[in-house]
Amino acid sequence: MTPAEKLQVEGCALRRGTADDAVGTLVPGYVARPADADALARIMAVSGRRGLTVVARGHGTAMDWGGVPRSADLVVDTGGLSWIDHIAGDLVVEVGAGTPVADLFAVLEAAGQRLSVDPVREGGTVGGMVATGVSGPRRLLTGALRDLVIGMTVVRADGVVARSGGRVVKNVAGYDLAKLHTGGLGTLGVIASVAFRLHPLPPALRVVTIPLASRGHAERITAALRATTVVPAAVELHWPSRLPPPPSTDASGATQPTRLPPPPSTDASGATQPTRLPPPPSTDASGATQPTRLPPPPPTDADRTAPAPPSPAVPHHGPCLRVVLEGTPEGLEARTATVLSVLRGAAPREGAAPPGPQVDRELPAGWGLLPSEGTVVRVSVPPAESAEAAEALGALAGRAHGTDAVVTGSVPRGALFVSFAPGAPAGAVADTVAGARSRPGWSATLLRAEPHVHAAGVDPWGEIPGLPLMRAVRDSFDPGRRLAPGRFADGA
Amino acid sequence: MTETAPATRTPAALAALVPVLRDICGEDGVLTDASRRRTYESDGLTHHRSVPGVVVLPTTAEQVAAVVRLCSDRGVPFVPRGAGTGLSAGALPHAEGVLVVTSRMRRIIEIDVDNECAVVEPGVANLDVTRAAAPHGYYYAPDPSSQQVCSVGGNVAENSGGAHCLKYGFTVNHVRGLDIVTPSGELVSLGGRSPDAPGYDLIGAFVGSEGTLGIATRITVNLTRAPQKTVTLLSAFTSMDAGGRAVSSVIAAGVLPSAMEMMDALAIEAAEKAVACDYPQGAAAVLVVELDGPAAEVDAQLAEVVRLCGEAGSFETRTASGPEERARIWKGRKSAFAAVGRISPAYIVQDGVVPRTALPEVLRRITELSESSGIRVANVFHAGDGNLHPLVLFDDTEPGAADRAEEVSGAILDLCIEHGGSITGEHGVGVDKACKMPRMYGPDDLATFDLFRRSFDPDGIANPDKLLPTPRLCGERPGVRRGVHPLVESGRADQF
Repeated sequence: MTPAEKLQVEGCALRRGTADDAVGTLVPGYVARPADADALARIMAVSGRRGLTVVARGHGTAMDWGGVPRSADLVVDTGGLSWIDHIAGDLVVEVGAGTPVADLFAVLEAAGQRLSVDPVREGGTVGGMVATGVSGPRRLLTGALRDLVIGMTVVRADGVVARSGGRVVKNVAGYDLAKLHTGGLGTLGVIASVAFRLHPLPPALRVVTIPLASRGHAERITAALRATTVVPAAVELHWPSRLPPPPSTDASGATQPTRLPPPPSTDASGATQPTRLPPPPSTDASGATQPTRLPPPPPTDADRTAPAPPSPAVPHHGPCLRVVLEGTPEGLEARTATVLSVLRGAAPREGAAPPGPQVDRELPAGWGLLPSEGTVVRVSVPPAESAEAAEALGALAGRAHGTDAVVTGSVPRGALFVSFAPGAPAGAVADTVAGARSRPGWSATLLRAEPHVHAAGVDPWGEIPGLPLMRAVRDSFDPGRRLAPGRFADGA
Repeated sequence: MTETAPATRTPAALAALVPVLRDICGEDGVLTDASRRRTYESDGLTHHRSVPGVVVLPTTAEQVAAVVRLCSDRGVPFVPRGAGTGLSAGALPHAEGVLVVTSRMRRIIEIDVDNECAVVEPGVANLDVTRAAAPHGYYYAPDPSSQQVCSVGGNVAENSGGAHCLKYGFTVNHVRGLDIVTPSGELVSLGGRSPDAPGYDLIGAFVGSEGTLGIATRITVNLTRAPQKTVTLLSAFTSMDAGGRAVSSVIAAGVLPSAMEMMDALAIEAAEKAVACDYPQGAAAVLVVELDGPAAEVDAQLAEVVRLCGEAGSFETRTASGPEERARIWKGRKSAFAAVGRISPAYIVQDGVVPRTALPEVLRRITELSESSGIRVANVFHAGDGNLHPLVLFDDTEPGAADRAEEVSGAILDLCIEHGGSITGEHGVGVDKACKMPRMYGPDDLATFDLFRRSFDPDGIANPDKLLPTPRLCGERPGVRRGVHPLVESGRADQF
């Protein structure tokens, strides 16, 4: 190991790595915590000269994303790079990479503004959010996270500090390198700061939650919504692989029959439909109503320490679609009415109707969050195939293996996530990934996989188009492949 | 001036390529005749000229790939060109290179309403995408002023915006898939109908790369649902400051117009002379605001914007919701560039950007610069996003006038950079601003751009001398325009 004194640079605290710092199973030799971007540049330059492998870390909430790093000599903790420069009049903010996302959101909210992205993880830093680059449900009006980044300062593997973009929204000078680092998993450089364009907080919102009877029902609704001009901010699908038993604390739910999910190809057979979902548990305060968490296996349910705030009354464990509208109270009234009238026209054709839609004025608790544990597969499909994909993937993940999984995601963007219950067998993940990759135009990558899934050899990336070009970019920025080697499809 | 020696003959190194190029593109797909090559000597920035060594007009992606592979094998530079409407000399030909023109690749391959996207070839005109989508209730959102003629492939190269990018973003926000021919001649598919392609976001980095990373041969763009209602508002002020206050208060109120445009007295005067746009008499500034979306939202926002303009000191506000009335309001704004060409023998147009909050200060400084130099400056700009288009007017027959205008123009760009802005908001860097890049970015930033460029183009054959400063290039003067742009003159394009 490189002796510590060789890594001492000004403005950078250095300590030995411990088991708590492990990246997968790799305990780093050292953890460096630079106080600012200059110190970050110095430690990167030194580690470059020493040929050390480097993994950047914010709050460490996504250290298990992507492929498993092969080596991690040095963990660079960006926590010292925590600052917010909010230029409210310009609807722009520049933020140090180590700034907690929650701090940023609080500052912006106090000024009546927001970064228009729904984080998919709780906690975490801005640098981590950008490096993982995943956008939550509300991306239809203002775009994905990558569309909101207007400038970035990155420290390259060799310690050179490089800025691209700037602090103005409109700017076409130079290459938009921030696009590469957004979602680059820290393999092309370490993000030091990011500038974002902001939006005003909408005066009000409505969430229309629509229980789904079948895939066909979902398809009719989304097609009918597309024909309107209501301009939703999100159309989010929630499709469990199978229906868990109704929560015992839910008095009304106990009387409901539970059915398996609909058959793969048709909604014509009423017999297999979830014909009657539990009606809204109006004052249910139990943990069972946490809506976006994967329905956990019963034993782990007791481990929940933080009960969710009041959440929408529609049962989270049935398939549903959530339409989010944002705007003025006057405008929302008319738009919500339009959505409801569309739903009436798209009612299920066969079998008993599911409960009617429900309108809320707040987002459900845990909105947009992926489960904090278990394997998550990211699947992109042509948007019109979203419901079909959810059904097919749910069936592959769940029924074939008896695994609990849930498919969520943005229907109009075909951006889906298959979240497996912790401990789900690798075979279920492998079949799901292979099934998705076998379809033309679909892609599937392991956003995060449990160690036993990686151990089973499931390829996190698959044959992604443009891979040779991506590797060429990687070779330019990190010729020694020292930045989180193994996380991206390195070809090593 | 970037004038090359009269190129009457295809250079010898290229002459050897011609038979192979004819095999690839057919007899009529290769232009060697000097007079025909000369028609491609410039793009929309006509001041920069260079007759291409040879011009090819491929009709398929395979032909583009074969041409580029040949260039790569022989170490010959190539320059991609769409419709040639660009304003930064990004498609300035190389005298010893191949100009690859995509104008024969004009198929709209598919309008896919279910997936809300269109698949097109690069030569398709921007507005033709909207025309094809309109019967389905959709449109293609990026709307550069040359949208009737500019090509989608060119929009991809330049990351084109338009008046409505304030709300809807730029080309990069609307491209879902690209087939590209890399500088080594490989045909690579990135993304497609499914958004969020896995791996590094090469689409995001390719869009706006000004033809230096290759040539897009097939493009999948998002289609946007046509809004239920669109309203255009014209508000007149007795000072630019008052107009600027209105812009700030609209933004502060949380309203996001689809467009917010401003003109000063000189620009209004020019527009009145040219097209009799009948803007309110005595206006020192006019603000054009467009709102679109669900009718109930637009109505609520309109009331708010009218109120805020009044509070900021507007003495007259007109609103229009019908297409013809709206076009009347836009007429003055859209004619401004051409109109200025009629009141001044020559002018330089800048494309600098400043943070919106710096607008009043920067506009005051521009006025001071104009007064102290005696050079007139007309201001026409996208106020919502701080993208200035100051038009620096001069008489190019007067000795020294061009240099003084150039000085003022340069000083305006310096102002933009001083205030944390950009040297170009939408026209691109091209040749025109390549030498200004070091004012905005440091040596390490530029070296990193170059590192990225070389990962696609190690031999430096794709649109060389564009985007980044080179010793060969710099020291030359950026663009001066004379009169009205030919495309505007012929009624084929607006410029605004």
